[in-house]
Amino acid sequence: MSMKLSTRQVDGVTIVDCSGRITLGEGSVTLRDTVRDLLAKGNKKIVLNLAEVNYIDSSGIGELVSAFTTTKNQGGELKLLHLTKKVHDLLQITKLYTVFDVKDDEAAAVKGFK
Amino acid sequence: MEQTVSYTLDSTLDTVDNAEEKATRIATELGFAQDEVMQISMAVREGAVNAVLHGNAYAPDKKVTLAFERTSEDLVITIRDQGRGIDLDSIPNPLAPENLLKTSGRGIFLMRSFMDVVEIRPSQTGTEVKLIKHVRGSSAGGKEGSQ
Repeated sequence: MSMKLSTRQVDGVTIVDCSGRITLGEGSVTLRDTVRDLLAKGNKKIVLNLAEVNYIDSSGIGELVSAFTTTKNQGGELKLLHLTKKVHDLLQITKLYTVFDVKDDEAAAVKGFK
Repeated sequence: MEQTVSYTLDSTLDTVDNAEEKATRIATELGFAQDEVMQISMAVREGAVNAVLHGNAYAPDKKVTLAFERTSEDLVITIRDQGRGIDLDSIPNPLAPENLLKTSGRGIFLMRSFMDVVEIRPSQTGTEVKLIKHVRGSSAGGKEGSQ
């Protein structure tokens, strides 16, 4: 299953609902393009909802890191929401879990922006 | 699965998905637990990514060979490319604080995290990556009480 993304606005925060696989190739490129497009349009409060992401590889992890740092470097903030167990475990073993701002509740994620 | 099966694959992104699918199918057929199947398939995917991208650099005249061998105790997976070889000393530790926010360099780390043994042999003719997963419990290979 390839990567699918859709965006919605909640109280000035952009929620990106992701589903499928974030892997080398199309999945990573789709995520990268979406985040860059959001930032270019001034949407700097971003939540990546990963509830439906069932697989991620090292390239996908790199893409999450890139989205996080790109957003931060442009004065924005990016949070991760609803990690599946696979993604959670991968972020744990790569020591990235504490680097990202990870939330389990969408409303809390939205309220958590400065 | 026969004792050994091997495939010769092009240096394309399709090969990465193909290698992962083969690993998933074979590990499942051998009776590995679901989480082990995921670990094996992900390790093979990472090995294939390295072979296609960093080894063969998508060169159409260079091939990736992928072999699965079932021994009495292990599933042994070998991935070979025809690239320029790899300098293991040049690969930074992805868990070091200064490397945490790098966008690449986690493939070999993930392979080592998911497999029992990972051997990487650089050579003049490319790189050989051997991934070994021990058969645990009684289910793999359909044998009861595998040693």
